Amino acid sequence: MTTLSLDSVFRRLRDTDAWRSVVRHGTASTNRNRSLVVFENLFLHVHPVKVREKTLRFTHTYWLGGIALACALILVATGVLLMFYYHPSVPQAYRDMKELEFVVDNGLFLRNMHRWAAHLMVFATFLHMMRVFFHRAYRPPRQFNWVVGVVLLCVTLLLSYTGYLLPWDQLAFWGVSVGTNMAKEAPLVGEKARFLLLGGNIVSENALLRFYVLHCVVLPVALLLMLSVHIWRVRKDGGVQGPPEAPRGKEEVR
Amino acid sequence: MSTLPPIELVEGVDPVATPRRIALVRPDRRPAVRTTDEKYVMTFPNLILREVILFQLVVIGLALAAILFDAPLEGIANPLETPNPAKAPWYFLGLQELLHYFPPVVAGVLMPALVVIALVVIPYARINQTAGPLWEGAGPQRPLTLAAAGGAVVALFAAFRCWPIAVPTAGVLLAMFAARGGAGAGRVRRALTKVTLPEWIMVWFAIVATILTVIGTFFRGPGWSFVWPWTRAVAF
Ligand code: HEM
Repeated sequence: MTTLSLDSVFRRLRDTDAWRSVVRHGTASTNRNRSLVVFENLFLHVHPVKVREKTLRFTHTYWLGGIALACALILVATGVLLMFYYHPSVPQAYRDMKELEFVVDNGLFLRNMHRWAAHLMVFATFLHMMRVFFHRAYRPPRQFNWVVGVVLLCVTLLLSYTGYLLPWDQLAFWGVSVGTNMAKEAPLVGEKARFLLLGGNIVSENALLRFYVLHCVVLPVALLLMLSVHIWRVRKDGGVQGPPEAPRGKEEVR
Repeated sequence: MSTLPPIELVEGVDPVATPRRIALVRPDRRPAVRTTDEKYVMTFPNLILREVILFQLVVIGLALAAILFDAPLEGIANPLETPNPAKAPWYFLGLQELLHYFPPVVAGVLMPALVVIALVVIPYARINQTAGPLWEGAGPQRPLTLAAAGGAVVALFAAFRCWPIAVPTAGVLLAMFAARGGAGAGRVRRALTKVTLPEWIMVWFAIVATILTVIGTFFRGPGWSFVWPWTRAVAF
């Protein structure tokens, strides 16, 4: 008599032709199959099939890049859902915030999640940069990936900043006014750049539309592109680099 | 074997700056591609599972935060009613705090531009390739140079009455000198002796950036006057 455990159901499912047409490797726990998991999958094959055991240690990366990446994914997911409810126009943008709070099921939760993930991403990215620096992981051959990282930091800040305007409340309006007034001070190009960014001389409906397009299309695309390069390069540069190893003094040699 | 091109050695390259390895392969031996005694493990499940768990922890943590704390929403934007103080989001409040001490071109354009340029340049600045600690092999003039350069920075910021930068800079400078001859001293000072110059600079930057951001976020009220954090609410 066959027992109908969850495990056996999954096992049978994974042996069907349909399943095997998607995931080609078998179900046996062999190292061959474990390799196939990684290199037959578009998304997983940014990984090598084997990794140095040391790199799995917490103190190697503190998982900070991973936290920033997780935030980015969560932000895309919650952001797309928010887009279903949001109109980038005055005063509807603000009303949509109220709708999210009082009308939409779990609307406030959605908005909260998007906001806290954004703050965490900025924070984690900064800490990630610090950990890379103090592990000297910016050194050859990783110089270029560090520069990609700096671009990612700037894009992250810009994403956060353009998103800040979208609720169109006092906080948003004046936060962005203060910031763009600073940009105005840049010699020669300042005024022009500000005009281009805001679509006018003050933060207005045009600015809201421009920030919306930047926030929902231009910057996320830039982020995902640069992120792909960044994570691909981590592998191409030889995997993550932990705390500097080569001990300097003799007494430190293990 | 005889068809191999002759070995060419590049001369005049600084070996410290660009280390190159030369392998001499004896014809009777097959070259080993790479041998290492480092332990390797399968990416699946070792790394992939950890990544999945990390992702789940982040989702759970953020979901808890989203249940407990609501995102702020004030009244509808009104260009005619300027809040006092009008603040940028927290990650720009360090810059806004600088605005209090320096002309807008300096605080809003020059300083952030310098920070970004400095960050990009880090991996290409070929200083201290051997990662030697600050005082390692230091001649007699290094303390003088450091004191002069550090003192100039402190004096510059003090001249603008920018104490949130001048004071921590002086503090870091003191720590640098405490690290000198700290070899026989207590744990903290011994640890300080290992810090390299680039690390000192980054520590300094991180401390200053944190202090400015905290002051701008929690200690600034109407007219950018100094207030205690418990006297007013902070919105993120
Ligand atoms: C959107 C923000 C970012 C994300 C999602 C991200 C993601 C990652 C991930 C997942 C790794 C793998 C190792 C680890 O977790 O530490 C990594 C490595 C790396 N990141 Fe980032 N990163 C970001 C921003 C930055 C920034 C701002 C810098 C530096 C300016 C940077 C420089 C590097 C370098 C040099 C490595 C290779 C480190 C090594 O080999 O140990 N990244 N990044």
